[in-house]
Amino acid sequence: MEPEEQPPAASEEPTEEVPETPAQPEEKVPEAQPGTEEQPPETPTETEDQPPETPATLDSDEVRIGAFICHCGTNIGGFVDVPAVVEYAKTLPNVVYATDNLYSCAEDGLASIRDAIKEHKLNRVIVASCTPRTHAPLFQSVCEEAGLNKYLFEFANIREQCSWVHMKEKEEATQKAKDLVRSAISKAALLVPQEEMRVDVVPRSLVIGGGVAGLSAALSVARQGFDVHLVEKEAELGGFVRNLNSLSLAVKSAAETIKPLIDDAMSHENITVHLNSQVEQVNGFIGNFDTTIVTDGSSKEVKVGTIIVATGALEYIPEGFYGYGMYDNVVTLTEFEILAKNHKLPKIQNVAFIQCVGSKGQDKSYCSRICCGVSIKNALYIMENYADIVGEEGGGRVEVDVSVPEISSRRRRRRRITSAEGPGAPGGAPSGGPEITIFNRDVVTYGAEHEIYYNKAREKRIRFVRYSLENLPKVKLEGEKLAVSYFHQTLKTDRKLLADMVVLATPLVAPPDASELSKKLKVPLGQDGFFLEAHMKLRPIDFATDGIFVCGTARGPADITESVAQGLGCASRAAIPMARGFIQAEAILAQVDPTICTGCGTCVENCPYGAIRMTDEGTAEVLAAACKGCGCCGATCPEKAITMMNYTDEQLLAQGRSILEGVP
Amino acid sequence: MEEQEEYEPLIVAFLCNWCSYAGADLAGTSRIQYPPNIRVIRVMCSGMVHPNLVINALTKGADGVLMCGCHPGDCHYLEGNLRAEARSEAIDLMLVDFGLEPERYRLEWVSASEGDKFAKVVTEMVEQLKGLGPSPYKM
Repeated sequence: MEPEEQPPAASEEPTEEVPETPAQPEEKVPEAQPGTEEQPPETPTETEDQPPETPATLDSDEVRIGAFICHCGTNIGGFVDVPAVVEYAKTLPNVVYATDNLYSCAEDGLASIRDAIKEHKLNRVIVASCTPRTHAPLFQSVCEEAGLNKYLFEFANIREQCSWVHMKEKEEATQKAKDLVRSAISKAALLVPQEEMRVDVVPRSLVIGGGVAGLSAALSVARQGFDVHLVEKEAELGGFVRNLNSLSLAVKSAAETIKPLIDDAMSHENITVHLNSQVEQVNGFIGNFDTTIVTDGSSKEVKVGTIIVATGALEYIPEGFYGYGMYDNVVTLTEFEILAKNHKLPKIQNVAFIQCVGSKGQDKSYCSRICCGVSIKNALYIMENYADIVGEEGGGRVEVDVSVPEISSRRRRRRRITSAEGPGAPGGAPSGGPEITIFNRDVVTYGAEHEIYYNKAREKRIRFVRYSLENLPKVKLEGEKLAVSYFHQTLKTDRKLLADMVVLATPLVAPPDASELSKKLKVPLGQDGFFLEAHMKLRPIDFATDGIFVCGTARGPADITESVAQGLGCASRAAIPMARGFIQAEAILAQVDPTICTGCGTCVENCPYGAIRMTDEGTAEVLAAACKGCGCCGATCPEKAITMMNYTDEQLLAQGRSILEGVP
Repeated sequence: MEEQEEYEPLIVAFLCNWCSYAGADLAGTSRIQYPPNIRVIRVMCSGMVHPNLVINALTKGADGVLMCGCHPGDCHYLEGNLRAEARSEAIDLMLVDFGLEPERYRLEWVSASEGDKFAKVVTEMVEQLKGLGPSPYKM
């Protein structure tokens, strides 16, 4: 594993992220049953079905704040003097109780908060620990369990925004932590309880993308009894898997695997399949998304409660790498699969696979994870089907299936020079077995299954040769063969190998239209162009925006098992609010004070959602159901007649002032 | 340790919950180090921050105010960040009225995946403010 200091792409994302599950599509996979509310572990957001509507224990006007400062093991404690912060918190106004927790989010930490609320009659709670983006719901639910309205909770982020970014300055980091705690406490003192609105959830899902992940998600949602609209931009379902020959983890062919999924989706009564279609518009929020699906120019409005993004990925086209596009028989992994699937492989005896073409610090920075496994799978395919391959076509012209969507158009541009004595016909049938070399920078065969294949490859005498970014192999045409020259790292010498075919393992890349969809859905893309989930550990497959989920290679390179597992995961996540039938909408809303409002209408113009209208009395009025809580209205109101609940100007001002209190 | 003459500027930052706060979190999970001179106030949208909050901070002892929102087109609330951008022009004018250098207020777009950018912006701004000297309102 990578050291902790590495960027998250490396350190926070082990190669196997969503746990492996026995999820080959043809097998029965445990799915959430209709009507059941699955409780995924580690997701603290939905802990209580019906949060107790107990009002806050505001016995008097006295503000009683409890402050809980977290060590987070050594994550905070190692870089911030936590006991000093606790002692400091005790000195702050309105703080009646302050303590530290080794892990505030662990059961004993939560219990300490729960108990202290009761014992010390706390009516405000602040936790200073990680980030509210992942942990606020957990601590808020603990407050509710103890009878405290969740809007009386405030967070101080002293890990992501303090201890982890000031690891060499303990004194300064401790001072900053004190300032952040003071700021949170100043806001907490001004918090008021809020009541959440109950909003009905439309029991219908929109699944965007009809590949293996989208199909798995759609079928699972449909089988749980909810309507699904499955939108596929191509003319048929199946996605990238239709290109593939066989699947790594199953002996079965890819076509056999995907076909039952397609058939089931086409025939399921709960699934409406929209082919040749795209999602044009998305408005609304969890439970009530208004979407427009456009099919061949005609559009259709569909109201859904949840959205699952499964738009997949494309294979990187390695223009300019290793003679790709110049020489016959320099193909990408997927092209190899297409040839193998159609029994169009030429006679090949010596095959070189080159890994990490265009990835890991070349055109793309990331590791595509799956290509090592795929190359090994194909190397073994050649080994095991060698007799058949030699018999195929007799060294004829290499043709690539051009009916494959997406990647076909680009592929057609490639000129395949096939001379009479082309490399496809290496002068007589090769004697002996195939010889396969895999040029790699390091072999990433994560998980038990891939490791087994790797060991099998070694047993079959497939050669693994390492190269570095500074010393890339070179491919040239030499007579009728492809000559791969490379630097041998152990022998410290230049070597050459003659091959009949060179297969380039290129990374999966995000499709160019991902960014357009991300804008429509208002969900982010990561640095590599894939969709960015709320948190890679704590909330995988969720977006930060409620009610929208992501699975499959739209989320990043993944193999089929993982794509299916993620698809089913999304189905479970989406089913929770739909099965419950309602959600509690966040009470972060604008409120107009009609006694101050002069009816100028600036807010009406400024509201991006049309959630403010003028009443007959000539004052502004907020339509609570349409308000999303951005606060644009409040910040533009010349009379300051608009208050953003939970983010009032008074509260923000108090935070600012409190931060500056530390200034000498 | 430090030079006696050098002062440590204090920056108050308003970060939107959906992009920039997440970007700052990412800087943390990536362990990208930046100067500890910044104190973050989380807001739902950069569009909810009233110019008075900025001016108030600058006249009450902050050496700089940093406002971060989603990139244009990426705003979680459609166009709140554009409101913040428009308001920045007004803030710039107010800075002149208050006799403050324009560098003391900075608007930046930081997405949820731009932890490195957030760290860079903070580092740069701290350097800039060190060059500028303490806020005249600090005395």
